[in-house]
Amino acid sequence: MAGPLEFTCPVPLPAKDRILLGHGSGGTLSAELLRDVFLPVFRSPILNCLDDQAVVDVNGARLAFTTDSFVVKPIFFQGGDIGSLAVHGTVNDLAMGGATPLFLSAGFILEEGLAMETLRRVAASMARAAASVPVEIVTGDTKVVEKGGADGLYINTAGIGLVPEGVRLSPAHVRPGDRVLLSGYLGDHGIAILAQREGIQFETQLASDSAPLNGLVAEMLAVSKEIRCMRDPTRGGLSSTLNEIAARAAVGIEIEERAIPIREAVRGACEMLGLDPLYVANEGKLVALVAPQAAAAVLQAMQRHPLGRDAAIVGTVTASHPSLVLLRTVFGTTRIVDMLAGDQLPRIC
Amino acid sequence: MKYIDEYRDPQLAQSLAAEIRQRTTRPWVLMEICGGQTHTLMRYGIAELLPPQVELVHGPGCPVCVTPLEILDKAVAIASLPDVTFVSYGDMLRVPGSVSDLFRVKAAGGDIRIAYSPMEALKVARENPGRKVVFFAVGFETTAPANAMAVWQAKREGLRNFSILVSHVLVPPAISLLLSSPRNRVQGFIAPGHVCTVMGYTEYEELASRFHVPIVVGGFEPLDLLEAILLLVRQLEEGRAAVENQYVRSVTRQGNEAARQRMLEVFEVTGRNWRGIGPIAESGYRLRAEYADYDAERLFGVETITAPEPPECISALVLQGLKKPHDCTAFGTRCTPASPMGAPMVSSEGACAAYYQYQRHMAPANR
Amino acid sequence: MCLAVPGKIIETEDINGIRLGRVQFGDITRQAYLDFVPEAQIGDFVLVHVGFAITRIDADEAERTYRLLEQMGALQEELGGGGS
Repeated sequence: MAGPLEFTCPVPLPAKDRILLGHGSGGTLSAELLRDVFLPVFRSPILNCLDDQAVVDVNGARLAFTTDSFVVKPIFFQGGDIGSLAVHGTVNDLAMGGATPLFLSAGFILEEGLAMETLRRVAASMARAAASVPVEIVTGDTKVVEKGGADGLYINTAGIGLVPEGVRLSPAHVRPGDRVLLSGYLGDHGIAILAQREGIQFETQLASDSAPLNGLVAEMLAVSKEIRCMRDPTRGGLSSTLNEIAARAAVGIEIEERAIPIREAVRGACEMLGLDPLYVANEGKLVALVAPQAAAAVLQAMQRHPLGRDAAIVGTVTASHPSLVLLRTVFGTTRIVDMLAGDQLPRIC
Repeated sequence: MKYIDEYRDPQLAQSLAAEIRQRTTRPWVLMEICGGQTHTLMRYGIAELLPPQVELVHGPGCPVCVTPLEILDKAVAIASLPDVTFVSYGDMLRVPGSVSDLFRVKAAGGDIRIAYSPMEALKVARENPGRKVVFFAVGFETTAPANAMAVWQAKREGLRNFSILVSHVLVPPAISLLLSSPRNRVQGFIAPGHVCTVMGYTEYEELASRFHVPIVVGGFEPLDLLEAILLLVRQLEEGRAAVENQYVRSVTRQGNEAARQRMLEVFEVTGRNWRGIGPIAESGYRLRAEYADYDAERLFGVETITAPEPPECISALVLQGLKKPHDCTAFGTRCTPASPMGAPMVSSEGACAAYYQYQRHMAPANR
Repeated sequence: MCLAVPGKIIETEDINGIRLGRVQFGDITRQAYLDFVPEAQIGDFVLVHVGFAITRIDADEAERTYRLLEQMGALQEELGGGGS
């Protein structure tokens, strides 16, 4: 060991020989996985767009096609369960492309020993969720793995929807001056799940915001043709979503801390656990980037809809600092809202 | 939330900043010690509110950052054992050891769990009598009483499957070392408020008078830190060097007797290595002999693991406030939060990570 | 390791000689160990760190010093110094 005040430092670790939990968190590790493992071999120009859904042309009709997998633990939580989450999540991926959701598939990976009652409850919940959209579950699959795999139950879904004529949503359309609209309170889902896992009790019960957004999207598209793109801030939170858009569109984004709606309960939980609400998952919210002249009208349309009641304009797209998302704090100072590498680790310091 | 929100009032922040600007007639270099304080400074962009003559440098206040390589290697060795359940605070999981880190051990099948409290680890031990549960007891003085309580309780219950891997460090010896260095540029310190909540601030009085340096015990909200900075600037401008307590709502001169008592029943002072700095005498805690049965280093025979730390990154210079993160040629290129080379880049309190995450857009353009 | 959050004690109980409490942080309640704050009672605010209350928050001191801060703020406003 060197004497005092001589510098010392660890050797960098060998890279990436195993999958880590962080690879699934929607941050830069996830992005690297796509870039290094999947995209180079799958070689599809459509895949390379990496939107929430793929829009494919089939005999003149534009179909939106998406897939998603659900591994949430606990299986049942306040405001939903893995089943309703699966339906809403897939419908939302389609809706973010402006598509009307039509059909879903549902593949189940079941752990040996799972209670039949659990499966029935989940299936019933999926049926209810699908009926409320409405969307039809037309095909599926079931596999059973030995005890110890699948954490009880995993669900994979795929969804197909129809993109209306003239609707073209993509981060590529985003340009400086566009406004950033958020449909409501951040962090409800992630904190509700975490709270349940950690046994944190709330005075007013906090529930997941899991909900299908296709109705809200339809209202928004009805009032304006100048919505550039939409995304739902799921894993990795608002931060990941905005960072992805900023990178894809090669623009900067500036958001106002003051404007971002966060419930007291969520704020409190984040304080206590050392988490930042900007990185916490949402399952019933969307971010829309809208031309400045259309922003007010779109906001009003959102606020008229039950899922957009608390919608707000939270930021602006800028030509400065491309790919960087900055936040103007309540003090008027700025800080970067960075892409997370892996999962957000709760702070103890 | 009470005692939080009002200390984030933007108006008062601006007023404090204005007051600081008015008082500052000369350049001053100030250091905050605690990672939590670094986090607040970065997250609220406090440096932007200060006059350019007030320079903030970030000290070795992140226990994650100063945990020496060999402790990480010991943790990895223990956590890799098949009958061990290794419980840790989240931040420690990504810190690189010599060849691995705890996340990688987890990926390879190690039973590693995140806890928010040492008592949770105790609970795991009670509920899993067949597993050897080891808690990673890292931290400053703030966390030592809680860790002591866990061990004390374990002994009281006669738990045979619980132990802790200790890496506790103490703040005053580090300040002393920094101030003794001929290269020291720091003229005033913000002492860590929560450490002082437990320990009081009598130890800092000795430092202030020996080195003739003002020290202000500061809290963790933006107004706390701005007020602490103001108090330091005032002292410096007036040529004073005393200890002042800004964080009066939580800190008393004597600290918390009850907490210290429990802590000293279980721990005793020892020398410790600080990553990036080296060995500092009497700068940490170890378990007392009566609690040897709860010492994971002894139980798992990892006492002899040592780790040579080849020089590469400037962690040490950053941790001592001699360099800014962006002075490092690897900053943001070879060393980023995603692939950290040094601990200050791993922990979200580490100066490099905080700087990278929140403020790198402020770094001078030429690198 | 310094993340400590202030909360109000709303319940206390003694289990096998260990003093526990339910502490309320805004909208959330959580259990915390109260052994290090023997003088703290229901209604008091404490600072909780890794599940332990490490001090009782001195409400009087807090109010006194905050008022001083506000006075300074008001003075700055008058001098036109508030705001950058």
